[in-house]
Amino acid sequence: MDLLLLAIGAIFVNNILLAQYLGNCPFCGVSKKLSTSIGMGVAVIFVTALASIFTWLVYYYILMPYDMVFLQTLAFILIIASLVQFVEIFLKKQSKALYNALGIYLPLITTNCAVMGIALLNIKQGFSFFEMIIFSVASAAGFALAIVLFAGLRERLMVSPVPQAMRGTAIALVTAGVMSLAFLGFYGMVQ
Amino acid sequence: MFLSVLVLSGIGFLAAVILGIAAKVFYVKEDPRIKGIMDILPGANCGGCGFAGCSACAEAIVKDEAKVNACVLGQAEVANQIAEYLGMSPMSSEPQIACPDCQGGLRAAQKYDYSGFDDCRAAMLFYHGPLHCEHGCIGLGTCVKACMFGAITMGDDSLPQFNPDLCVGCGACVEACPKGIISLLSEKTKILHWNQNTECLAPCRQKCPAQINIPKYIQHIKRGEYAQALLTIKEKNPLPVSTGRVCPEPCALACRRKINDKPVGINYLKRFVADWEMNSGQRLPVPVAPSTGKKIAIIGSGPAGLTAAFFLKRLGHDVAIFEKRSGLGGMLRYGIPEYRLPKKILDWEIDGILELGINVTTNVEFGKDITMDILRAEEYDAVFLAVGAWNERELNIEGENIEGVCGGIDFLERFHSGENVSVGKHVIIVGGGNTALDAARSSLRLGAEKVSVVYRRSRDEMPANPAEIVAAEEEGIQFRFLSAPTRIVSEDAKVSGMEVQKMELGEPDDSGRRRPVPVEGSQEIIECDMIIGAIGQYPDLDFLKQEESPDLQVTKWNTIIASEDTLQTDMPSIFTGGDCFTGPGLMVEAVAAGRYAARSIHYYITEGEIPPIGNRQREFIPESLHKILIDVAYKPRIHEPNVTLEDRMGTFKEVEGTIDEEDALYEAGRCLNCGIFCYDRDEEARKLSEEQADASA
Repeated sequence: MDLLLLAIGAIFVNNILLAQYLGNCPFCGVSKKLSTSIGMGVAVIFVTALASIFTWLVYYYILMPYDMVFLQTLAFILIIASLVQFVEIFLKKQSKALYNALGIYLPLITTNCAVMGIALLNIKQGFSFFEMIIFSVASAAGFALAIVLFAGLRERLMVSPVPQAMRGTAIALVTAGVMSLAFLGFYGMVQ
Repeated sequence: MFLSVLVLSGIGFLAAVILGIAAKVFYVKEDPRIKGIMDILPGANCGGCGFAGCSACAEAIVKDEAKVNACVLGQAEVANQIAEYLGMSPMSSEPQIACPDCQGGLRAAQKYDYSGFDDCRAAMLFYHGPLHCEHGCIGLGTCVKACMFGAITMGDDSLPQFNPDLCVGCGACVEACPKGIISLLSEKTKILHWNQNTECLAPCRQKCPAQINIPKYIQHIKRGEYAQALLTIKEKNPLPVSTGRVCPEPCALACRRKINDKPVGINYLKRFVADWEMNSGQRLPVPVAPSTGKKIAIIGSGPAGLTAAFFLKRLGHDVAIFEKRSGLGGMLRYGIPEYRLPKKILDWEIDGILELGINVTTNVEFGKDITMDILRAEEYDAVFLAVGAWNERELNIEGENIEGVCGGIDFLERFHSGENVSVGKHVIIVGGGNTALDAARSSLRLGAEKVSVVYRRSRDEMPANPAEIVAAEEEGIQFRFLSAPTRIVSEDAKVSGMEVQKMELGEPDDSGRRRPVPVEGSQEIIECDMIIGAIGQYPDLDFLKQEESPDLQVTKWNTIIASEDTLQTDMPSIFTGGDCFTGPGLMVEAVAAGRYAARSIHYYITEGEIPPIGNRQREFIPESLHKILIDVAYKPRIHEPNVTLEDRMGTFKEVEGTIDEEDALYEAGRCLNCGIFCYDRDEEARKLSEEQADASA
């Protein structure tokens, strides 16, 4: 039950995009079309899960024992960056189909603050290994949900009569703000 | 402090080692050119090219799935660099440009009321689909907004106008259009395209064997854009000067204006633009793709062979034509008389095709001077047999071999080869086709005092072009319908007369024409001193009997057997088409066969397989037949200027003239610019009927 609440909390209440506002760059950049946003969402779920596992292991089995938690941020950047690179190389050889599907999104995620944020939150909240996996996947799913919803809205926006000055990113940011307010409705549902 | 540096470096080092090993273990061999092109591309990963990022685009360019100008950010400079990197000249890469499929004239504005939408896609979403026409343009100009290069503007007619000079072929408009009626087309696509049932095809376009986009070129003429009109024709037909003179206009039979009025003079217009180019003193350049290094031999230089040569050359293949006779053009030169198609004009037209860089060898006979072994030794990838139908059916009556009896094709060929052909005083021609009339009208010009055409059915069943029959009657040629020859009468081993028997029409036969039945005891003898038989032709396939010749199957009508869908014979590298495949037909059908063969040969030599055409349009699409035309006023059809009768006799001066510019613009204005379900109404007639409706309401 706790795990379910944790997942719901991560997806809706503390949505990584709309409540914490992390990962804003892909949120605006890759949300123009529904199909690309779905690709991006799936790629984020995949990378976040992997990155969280590795960073969690490094933190508890290398940094903690040697009393070097202050290196956390630096070490995590290094790990996530090389991990994504590794995954890209691996997929290209082993699973061409998956590589073609996730293709351009993988390098984009290398520098994605949502992935980094989730990795840091895992440590900050003191999750056990199992909780960490649930939280990471749920948070990334929250990201995917938000970006897909947003892309749907933007596709409609594109064919709507928007005032000239507000077209493009401007109206997108306003929309994101309204979406964020809407998600505020979940606040307090789960502590 | 030291430890922390060590740990961090350790993790970094470990990551580097793992990545290094991974790069080695999971190395994927990639075309090095992909990397090279990646370096040239701007690397913005914008997706404007339609691929998932620059690397995917580079891969597509290397695989030839995308053009060198695929990158929409880099524009010409990047395209040139990539082309240089790949070792081709930038000019040689054929650009794809956006082309609208809907020609809908004034209709878009008339038909739709969009309740304040300003975007086609919004209108589509709101109505859950198009309003009236399954095909047509909505006309709100979303493609104009989607174009980043200002290549699309909204025309006065609520239809987008495309500027090919500014279009980079990025496909943004194709993506934006909710109706899917904008497509990226290169010249290659247009050459290889064949009509499909799913397209918006005007009736004339469905009927034209060569599938020329007739409404499009007439609209160009209407706007005074003669060069574009001619290039539109040349997408499908490289012989507009000849077709404009001899084609019996199957298209006009389907013209929708015919419901209220006379059909549009489509062929007059074709002839007008073709002559416009000829008289302008310079040829319009047609794009030719870079050489593929494939070689094709074409046997026969008639309309089918010339057309196939023209399109195969434009697709980038090396083409060589082998011709048995000394002049090129086949039946156009040796069959069709000077007064219908002057040879000087024909020479000019054929020169234009040869100037693309086609090798020609004349006076070589296939099977004798040039054999399959020679062609194979010279590494030809494919052979196109277009030898026509030059053998004549015999009359099969007594006395056929007497002096003074000859065949129509034989007569015309000898005359056009420059032989001194003498005609008698009274010449009888047997047959009712174009060859019979050509022989009759030629005999008259050669000095025959009396020329009679004997045909066993009635005038309505004559297969000759109606215009030819009228002209022959004007010139004083006598017709004896419902008469069949039964015997040739001779005197001193020379023809002195022909016995004919009266016929009457019975039940319709396989061809739908009523079968003539002889009337017993109705024989009579017509006096004459020359008889020309022109009752039908079949291919001369004697070369197949030569020992080294390919082992091709032949039908009982002595035509070559090949697949109807590909024109490929039993021997995969040999293709056939035109009269030697279908039996004698129209010139425009041979042109169509030439392009169809070019399509098959192109796919065969480049990809090994010939893809079938999905939904190929074979029959008339029934929905396109309107019962009535609303708001189309009667506008008389212009007449082609004809030479007076006095001027025709004794000379081979061209009988029909070309219409002038004023007439061409008028005639083009008669075109209703039809789509499959729709057509342009006359503005005045529409206003008038609206006023009347208002008044009665």
